[in-house]
Amino acid sequence: MNRYPLWKNILVVVALVFGLLYTLPNFFGEVPAVQVASVKATVKVDLQLMERIEGVLKTAGIADNGVFADANSVRVRFGATDTQLKAKDAIEKALNPDPTDATYSVALNLLSASPAWLTGIHALPMYLGLDLRGGVHFLLQVDMKGAITKRLDATASDLRAMLREKDIRHTGIAREGMAIVIHFHDADTQAKARDAIIDTQPAAVAGGGAKGLAAQPDLIIAEGGDGNDLRLTITLSEAAQRRVQEMAVKQNTGTLHNRINELGVAEPIIQQQGIDRIVVELPGVQDTAKAKDILGRTATLELRMVDEDNSTNPSVMDAAVKGQPPVGDEYYVERGGHGLLVRKQVMLTGERLTDAQPGFDNQTHEPAVHLTLDSAGARVFRDLTRDNVGKRMAILLIEKGKGEVVTAPVIRSEIGGGRVQISGRMTTQEAADTALLLRAGSLAAPMEIIEERTIGPSLGAENIKKGFDSTVGGFTAIAVFMMAYYLLFGLVSVLALSANMLFLVALLSLLQATLTLPGIAAIALALGMAIDSNVLINERIREELRGGSTPQAAITAGYERAWATILDSNVTTLIVGIALLIFGSVAVRGFAVVHCLGITTSIFSSVVLSRALVNFIYGRRKKLAALSIGQVWKPGITAK
Amino acid sequence: MEFFRIRKDIPFMRHALVFNIVSLITFVLAIVFLSTKGLHFSIEFTGGTLMEVTYAQAPDLEKLRVKLEGDGFTDTQVQTFGTSRDVLIRVPLAKDTVTAKIGERVLASLAALPDAATNAPQLKRIEFVGPQVGKELASDGALALLLVVIGIVIYLAIRFEWRFAVSAIIANLHDVVIILGFFAFFQWEFSLPVLAAVLAVLGYSVNESVVVFDRVRETFKKKRGLTTPEVLNHAITSTISRTIITHGCTQMMVTSMLIFGGAALHFFALALTIGICFGIYSSVLVASPLVMWLGVSREQFAQPKKERPAGMTDDGAVV
Repeated sequence: MNRYPLWKNILVVVALVFGLLYTLPNFFGEVPAVQVASVKATVKVDLQLMERIEGVLKTAGIADNGVFADANSVRVRFGATDTQLKAKDAIEKALNPDPTDATYSVALNLLSASPAWLTGIHALPMYLGLDLRGGVHFLLQVDMKGAITKRLDATASDLRAMLREKDIRHTGIAREGMAIVIHFHDADTQAKARDAIIDTQPAAVAGGGAKGLAAQPDLIIAEGGDGNDLRLTITLSEAAQRRVQEMAVKQNTGTLHNRINELGVAEPIIQQQGIDRIVVELPGVQDTAKAKDILGRTATLELRMVDEDNSTNPSVMDAAVKGQPPVGDEYYVERGGHGLLVRKQVMLTGERLTDAQPGFDNQTHEPAVHLTLDSAGARVFRDLTRDNVGKRMAILLIEKGKGEVVTAPVIRSEIGGGRVQISGRMTTQEAADTALLLRAGSLAAPMEIIEERTIGPSLGAENIKKGFDSTVGGFTAIAVFMMAYYLLFGLVSVLALSANMLFLVALLSLLQATLTLPGIAAIALALGMAIDSNVLINERIREELRGGSTPQAAITAGYERAWATILDSNVTTLIVGIALLIFGSVAVRGFAVVHCLGITTSIFSSVVLSRALVNFIYGRRKKLAALSIGQVWKPGITAK
Repeated sequence: MEFFRIRKDIPFMRHALVFNIVSLITFVLAIVFLSTKGLHFSIEFTGGTLMEVTYAQAPDLEKLRVKLEGDGFTDTQVQTFGTSRDVLIRVPLAKDTVTAKIGERVLASLAALPDAATNAPQLKRIEFVGPQVGKELASDGALALLLVVIGIVIYLAIRFEWRFAVSAIIANLHDVVIILGFFAFFQWEFSLPVLAAVLAVLGYSVNESVVVFDRVRETFKKKRGLTTPEVLNHAITSTISRTIITHGCTQMMVTSMLIFGGAALHFFALALTIGICFGIYSSVLVASPLVMWLGVSREQFAQPKKERPAGMTDDGAVV
């Protein structure tokens, strides 16, 4: 008698139902859709927006296949790609009347065509990797040294202001390599400065440990030099360096998010990888040049003073043009042509910026960018303008490490309130671009693309087809052979193998693991290897029959004895899968995930499920004469 | 149908020395090819830029080469890929240029050819890998291999005996080296999917050895009065039909990948094919003699094992 307890049969049925449910969405395919999301923190996606979009589509006479809303976006499905494109234009025009100041991002997307109840139980189609759907993949390396020098620059600027405020006279403060060096004429001032730094920077500690031993000092101060040239050398502690770097990667990730959101890409992936890397995946984007441009733009703003004495001195200017500007100055060409010398010292940076909007100058009606500063920035700006009335300041836009003086106006009066306007020789488009870049935030450290992959959409579709054809081809061949060789038991094995495939696809869909072409290859390979368990079982049953067991006993013994072998062989294979999962790169991981899942599902389907089927077919028959497992050749009989 | 009608145990062990010499020669040859020719690593390991461009009509590759050479791309490989209309271009890493921009520059250069107006290149895929990524991949791959080896040895040593663990791993690493030898000899491209395939083969052929070893253990326990070579012969003979059928089935799948999988899966499937063929050979004809020479005997299985898996019958029998 071969019967399963009820719970085991129920388990098999439940597993099959589960497998079917979660595999189902993959058969519905995808339909073109338009996705609308807000790009402003103040504007929320709500029902009103949904109604508005429906209204827009109705007036434009475009038929949709359903409008859906979730917390972050509204999605509209369409029947065909050209209606999708038409709808995108219509929605874009209606929602963003001023293209220079977009409130919503309107992006093309593909949505699962499966019914809502399936989506409701989180049954989604498998998540296709970029090599199957097309798109761009970037791996960016954050320059960690750059993050630290940037931080040191800012600290140097703070210290400079602090020393001036306390009237401590130094003969120069600058960042030299990975340290800030302050020069003094006498030891008295040096000591005063050191105390002042420790007082104002709570986390600073002197090298001698004389005063202000904070628990975790950020700044380490060392004294040096002799005679007339005394120095204080300030470095960042290791803990602080690490913190600065962590923050830099986080801030860069955030900035990339903002930039990509402003450009409206459906379902972008922006993730930190390892300590200092960021992965960006933009499905559906084909224009790498543009994507790279967006990612690589590192616009930030700097406010510095113009060195007017030197800028009006022709001989100094001549030397500066040739690349030898006076110490402490940098040579820039103002937009519109005039060269001028700008002090290296940064008065205010773009970090103090809370908003940037394109607009027009009230008086001249020139295109302009309106900036809003935070309270600290507003205070600095007020002091700066009060102390420098009549002088010129320069507003620099730093992009990809290169600076450009956008404008260098003369300060007419003190400006309070933190509202600043940059205007001067900009087109409307330039004003909009500048505002976007400034708003999207600056990068805390420079980044470099160290890996890039672009896959065209046709190649993606081709890859799916190739992977699918390989799997179907191999499966058919195995199925035909197994049924011919093992007859009914072969059929059971093939059914178990199909169930294995079903479970695997269902699990991949449920986990939303990224399916890549190596992943499809792993599905095929998993099926090819999963049949091993059934071959082991079938061969063992034949052997038992050959040895003279009754059919029912042969089934029991065959399954039981094959089990230990199946377990051992699958565990060793699983060890390989896990090693690949841990140490593989992204491409190999796509293979490894499927490999591991496939091994797990194959144990269940080839042992538990196939046994349930065999029990169902043979289990209740008391007088079973023979099993349909193909010819069982007995050497004893034919030999004699 | 029944393919295997074997009356008596086949005396595999009588020829063990021959099998091992054959496999030693293959192994040494593989090492020689690996050290003289080296592997032809894909850009994923070496770094560089790879582009796949498709044309409406088959382009003249020589013209493309000359044009790219003229535009300052030295050491560029231009070759067709799949069909004559698909062109694969490889640009090695250059030291001082902005490497991430090379893809665009190559495309611009190709678009500037006189006949590009009628037969414009269309970009299908760009891959750019910086130098630091490639190095990491190589070290990660080596680490993965090491971890696999250690994991398998520990598992087999616990479940069986250290002699089995050692022979299985020697036999199967020898498969890996032979696959690599093939890739070195034919200068096939060694890419990440190939690496995955190589590691999968390692697991797969260990799996194979485990099936044979399981039988060896069972035979030692059940049949008394057999010498060690006889036990091994019996174990191999009684699993041979399963071995051939299983590998045949897996190979059907892999062959299907070779036929339908296109260029992207070609070398992956090829590595698996070689792996499967040598996997059978090594686990049956290399691992078992090694176990014998390492001195396996009945006494090692005399006491019942403590870690008996669920489902194992009282006599400790397994397939």
